Amino acid sequence: MALLELNDVVAGYGPTTVLHGVSLSVDEGGIVALLGANGAGKTTTLRAISSTVRRTGRVVFDGHDISSHAPENVARLGIAHVPEGRGTLGQLTVWENLQMGAYIRRGGVAKADYDRVCEYFAWIPERRRQVAATLSGGEQQMLAIARALMMRPRMLLLDEPSLGLAPLIVQEIFKIVRAINEQDKVTVLVVEQNASIALQASAHAYVLEVGRVVVSGTSVELQKDEAVRRSYLGY
Amino acid sequence: MLAFIQQIVSGIATGGIYASLALGLVLIYRAMDVANFAQGEMATFSTFISYSLIEYAHFDFWSAFVVTILVSFGLGVAIERLLIRRFEGAPVLTLLIVTLGLFTIFNGVTGLIWGYVFKAYRGAFPSTPVQFGGLYLNTQDLGVFAVVLVMLLLLYLFFSRTKAGLAMRAASLYPDSSRLLGVRVGWMLALGWGLASTVGAVSGMLVAPIIFLDPNMMQAILLFAFAAAVLGGIESPLGAVIGGVAVGIVMALVGTYIPGGQDLRLAFGLVVIVVVLLVRPAGLFGRAAVKRV
Amino acid sequence: MRRLPRVRPELLGLAVIGGIVVLGVPTVTNQFITFEFAKVAIFAIALMGLNLLTGYSGQISLGNGAFMAVGGYTTAILVQRTGIPYWTTIPVAALVAGGFGFVIGIPALRLTGVYLALATFALALSVPPVLNHYDTFTGGHGGIVMPAVLPPFSLDLSQEQWLYYMDSGIALLLFVFAWGVVRSRTGRAFMAIRDSETAATASGISLAYYKTLAFGLSAAYAGVAGSLLAIATSYLNPDTFGLSLSLALLVGVVIGGLGLDFGATDNSRDGSFVSRPTCWAIIWSTVVPACTSAPCPSPASRTSFTGRC
Repeated sequence: MALLELNDVVAGYGPTTVLHGVSLSVDEGGIVALLGANGAGKTTTLRAISSTVRRTGRVVFDGHDISSHAPENVARLGIAHVPEGRGTLGQLTVWENLQMGAYIRRGGVAKADYDRVCEYFAWIPERRRQVAATLSGGEQQMLAIARALMMRPRMLLLDEPSLGLAPLIVQEIFKIVRAINEQDKVTVLVVEQNASIALQASAHAYVLEVGRVVVSGTSVELQKDEAVRRSYLGY
Repeated sequence: MLAFIQQIVSGIATGGIYASLALGLVLIYRAMDVANFAQGEMATFSTFISYSLIEYAHFDFWSAFVVTILVSFGLGVAIERLLIRRFEGAPVLTLLIVTLGLFTIFNGVTGLIWGYVFKAYRGAFPSTPVQFGGLYLNTQDLGVFAVVLVMLLLLYLFFSRTKAGLAMRAASLYPDSSRLLGVRVGWMLALGWGLASTVGAVSGMLVAPIIFLDPNMMQAILLFAFAAAVLGGIESPLGAVIGGVAVGIVMALVGTYIPGGQDLRLAFGLVVIVVVLLVRPAGLFGRAAVKRV
Repeated sequence: MRRLPRVRPELLGLAVIGGIVVLGVPTVTNQFITFEFAKVAIFAIALMGLNLLTGYSGQISLGNGAFMAVGGYTTAILVQRTGIPYWTTIPVAALVAGGFGFVIGIPALRLTGVYLALATFALALSVPPVLNHYDTFTGGHGGIVMPAVLPPFSLDLSQEQWLYYMDSGIALLLFVFAWGVVRSRTGRAFMAIRDSETAATASGISLAYYKTLAFGLSAAYAGVAGSLLAIATSYLNPDTFGLSLSLALLVGVVIGGLGLDFGATDNSRDGSFVSRPTCWAIIWSTVVPACTSAPCPSPASRTSFTGRC
């Protein structure tokens, strides 16, 4: 059952077109990786989903056509987009970031959600009052995911979570992403340049090149296919 | 010596007036990095509305006050939604011109509707002198100051303890990320303008009894309010109040002790602004902004 | 010898026709309108100056009315006190105002954007009371009255016609000069500073020199405008140079090309000076350069709604 479907999406910035007709789908409950080189359009695809870039084509989420929704309405429907650079609300504290995550929930931060988030990220309770911009890169990434969880999303869009982080931390983060997917039943679409770790964590994958999907299949298949790995994934 | 302290006390009292308008400036600057040059004129316009309610519709003061506050809130929201939002993401100069345009329009419309003759305005507080051990104060000044402190407290509570206040802070600092969290950023900005307009209306209604009501009454005060906001830190409500008091004291002293000081007060206001911006641009309570190249 | 830029033939034709129209105006209109057009020319000079400062070097100024005041009062005081011919005071006014602007430009070096706007706003507001105050010098509230201006060499012109030709001629001269500045090394330095101060410094452009130069030039233009205004109206007082004048200048420069009738219509002190002639002055001083100027190098740097550089 496809939770998210993109049909022939064309998107760009001003005079430059970046996506030339992207079609993909994400089944409910799965983790899907979106791979490709720099400039292939991976970030733009996520932006097309969360409606933060001008685009044409159809985007359907949970049966709703969100092609002309505003970003805040897409978020309210249950899509949590953790953007490139994490989108940390730097001058606010850790706790205030989480509060903002729970913005669309009636009644604000629910204790159950907060406890859950502290289970995943044990450092949060003692650093509640710390200004978010002073956290390390890894902590900011974790905070961004925690904040997304506070939205109780149906779907999580992750843009390059491994960017600028040490390999051990990256492993940690993907472990948590898998746990979130399995235990909280959150569908995940993750964009990554680090193809190997993304393929290990996901069940399906798409490869983008110059704004088009060129390869798609299960992650296992893609990992095994030497030709694909060499031409598109760089290893 | 007593005369000196008297000047200081009077200065604090007028400082309350500057602080009240400065609060509105700070609100809009925090919401969207715009110095709203029309703040004073919007305040004047709202005050004239309350004047009409009192004089022609025979409202009593407090009913007029409440109605005016609601109307000015709506006015602020409408201005943001209908006009300012069209210039979203525009360069500084463009937004500045828009607020200057609002300045001119409000000033003109106010003059057109109510004329330029100075009018007496009965305010909230009676004007009875009060004496504290040789120092003369006025109940009106005390009232103004009390109202300013109440507004400051309400704003502080709003920004630090309410969901909407937090969302406004997030929306103004990080509009894109806030949208991804479901915040209707546009309406948050509108809320900011509505609040600023309301604060301005309150300051207008506080000030009018003291300096007589006319379309140009807020222009000098606007200058001192800017000086107060700059001195206190243009993003800090507390700074606005403290800055206002400081500017009030300086102006009282200038008026008394410098020959011809009365005429030169505006020039001194200019000096305060320039000196603060050169020496410590973030003001007393502001954050030093780091510019990324 | 620098090559003169090529002008398209159609524009040349337009300019010739325009020139004939401009020259012929006073012969077909009545004295009042002619006088208004003289004020248009004056206003256009001030706008050109502000355009150099705000449009080309990116420094926002809400206070050019203050520079006009300096120029105007220089002329008025000189004429009234020393009786020298009025036209000799024009370059003096330019120099004095320009020097004043240069000095103002020094603290302005460290102010940008909103803050500079704020400071110049305060400048504009504080000028009339200061002028009022030093009344032995400036004639205070009552202002200064100057002898009426007569056409020279017993030309067969009315006073208004002479003023029109003189002001338009000076405006044209200053327009050519500004045109030249914009296309020179100085102009390019201005635009570089406007677009990115850091990049400009990295390219070896001295911010301090060019930014203060821009202020000085702009003030000199405003000074000439103020001086011509004093000459034209034979009278000025502090209220002539109030806040609305400075605001009108800035809005005029930015709107550039569109007419805007603003200002309280009842505000008779500066109403007639500001509202109607403003439209014409805006059109003259901005549309004409727009037809002949180079295209904007970077769209992002446009500070005028018309997108003109």
